[in-house]
Amino acid sequence: MANQVNVFAQNQPGRLERLTEVLLEEGINIRAITISGADEYGVIKLLVDDPRKAFEALQREGFSAFMKEVIALVMDDQPGGLHRICRVLGESGVNVEDAYGFVFQDRKTAILVVEVENVSAAGEILGSKGLEFLSDDELYSL
Amino acid sequence: MSADVEHWNPDMELLGREDLEALQLERLRKTLQRCTSSPFYQAWFRSADFDPRKVGSLADMSNLPCMDKDTLRDGDPTRFLTVPLDDIVRMHSSSGTTGQATVTFHTAADIEAWAELVARCMYMTGVRRTDVFQNMMGYGLFTGGLGFHYAAERIGAMVIPAGSGNSRRQIQLMRDFHTTVVHIIPSYALYLLEVFGELGLDPRTGTDLRIAFIGAEPHTEALRQRIEETYGVDAYNSYGLTEMCGPGVAFECPAKQGMHVWEDSFLVEVLDPVTLELVEEGEEGELVFTTLNREGMPLLRYRTHDLASVHPGECSCGRVHRRISRIKGRSDDMFIIKGVNVFPMQVERVLLEALGVGSNYRIVLDTVGSMDEMRVLVEVAGELWRGEVRELNRLRRKITEELRQEVLVTPLVELVEPGSLPAGEGKAVRVVDKREHARGD
Repeated sequence: MANQVNVFAQNQPGRLERLTEVLLEEGINIRAITISGADEYGVIKLLVDDPRKAFEALQREGFSAFMKEVIALVMDDQPGGLHRICRVLGESGVNVEDAYGFVFQDRKTAILVVEVENVSAAGEILGSKGLEFLSDDELYSL
Repeated sequence: MSADVEHWNPDMELLGREDLEALQLERLRKTLQRCTSSPFYQAWFRSADFDPRKVGSLADMSNLPCMDKDTLRDGDPTRFLTVPLDDIVRMHSSSGTTGQATVTFHTAADIEAWAELVARCMYMTGVRRTDVFQNMMGYGLFTGGLGFHYAAERIGAMVIPAGSGNSRRQIQLMRDFHTTVVHIIPSYALYLLEVFGELGLDPRTGTDLRIAFIGAEPHTEALRQRIEETYGVDAYNSYGLTEMCGPGVAFECPAKQGMHVWEDSFLVEVLDPVTLELVEEGEEGELVFTTLNREGMPLLRYRTHDLASVHPGECSCGRVHRRISRIKGRSDDMFIIKGVNVFPMQVERVLLEALGVGSNYRIVLDTVGSMDEMRVLVEVAGELWRGEVRELNRLRRKITEELRQEVLVTPLVELVEPGSLPAGEGKAVRVVDKREHARGD
């Protein structure tokens, strides 16, 4: 399984700057980032090359951070790629709590990162249906 | 006793200083005698080595230690009673649900005496039986509602027991029933002005209002004048606390130069809050009261934690009852928002219960538009959530609701990052009061 770092941040100028500064100092590379806001605060979700290191550095710098296990599903970067994944998710009764996707530069592979309630149970079901997902290491060696 | 053209109780209001002090001593000795039948006072006198029978002057009371809210909370409230519990007909309670509540018990005679005092206040400012009195205060455990209600009926005015809130209906009632007198929280009076505006009405021409009582929360002289000008009324300040009776402890006369403490009913001392010694006449200190006319639950040298001073000299109205200034602040960390007393400790307990862990917080009191708001900033530590926005939203709703239930004012809860608030260095920094009209002047 892959890990993502969720960070609580106030919706204020300069907060993202401080957060990315911490990651820069640690030499962390970011694969993907999403921000969901709720009025005056929000949650920043980071997919990075060394989630444990990023998490610990952010905590040390006073951020309210959380490591969260996610499923990084591999898709074909072509029409119908996402649909195929979603059909399996639906058929398997796996409810997606949050998700985002990104494509690799080779334009052949795309990744759908999904957050579900029970990661290991969902992983088993999806694996048995032939879906491929990546660990942290695999995600960054791509 | 019968009212004359200016005085509801001329016998008491027009007493000379000497006669007033003689009456105080007589009533004090009676009160002390009553106290000897209360389990609390028996022990209190014994531990202070104080013999209530030997009190020969008002100054002798300085030999008795002061009590305060903590004394009241420290055990069964009925232990203060000097009458059987069956003789009690009413209880009131001041604030909150955390910890032991502060309870005040009244006999029928206490309720009667209280209504008399508030009637004296209202009559002094010109309320008569021809008036229509709209009481825009919360009824119930809060004394501001019932205290004025009974008094207005006693005078013979028609009472509209409107209670608090529901602004458009308040205005409708004022217009339909030709309200002449209101009892209103000053910050709410400002807000209501906006609602008048939305309805295209001017209270000066659109109502028959002539008097407003604006106690229940600290306010400045500037705010009083603004209310007087915009509503076209005379506005009077009022002071009271549940432990004494509620409203009716001190009140402004038409001279509006301080609030007369009804000294036939209360012995007032102004003490240095640290040394508990009397301050010089006219100096600021903490108000300490002894009830002189209370049956069920007399209180002796009760510390209010309210800071004020006594105005020197006599009032142009002819009453010798001494006048106190506006309340300048507190000797503890209590604050008043929308007429409700709040202690930061209540907020702290709610947060601890809601979050399961202690969290750094800060209370910011501010005026937004014309409404007072209580913002509670809470630091979200890593262990409080599992990384989702909706958890934070849920957390915020939960804290808001539990705080509302505790302090009876809906706060604006803001979640902030750990370390973004100054570390808790004592109680003072927990509360930041930015309200422009709440500062003493």
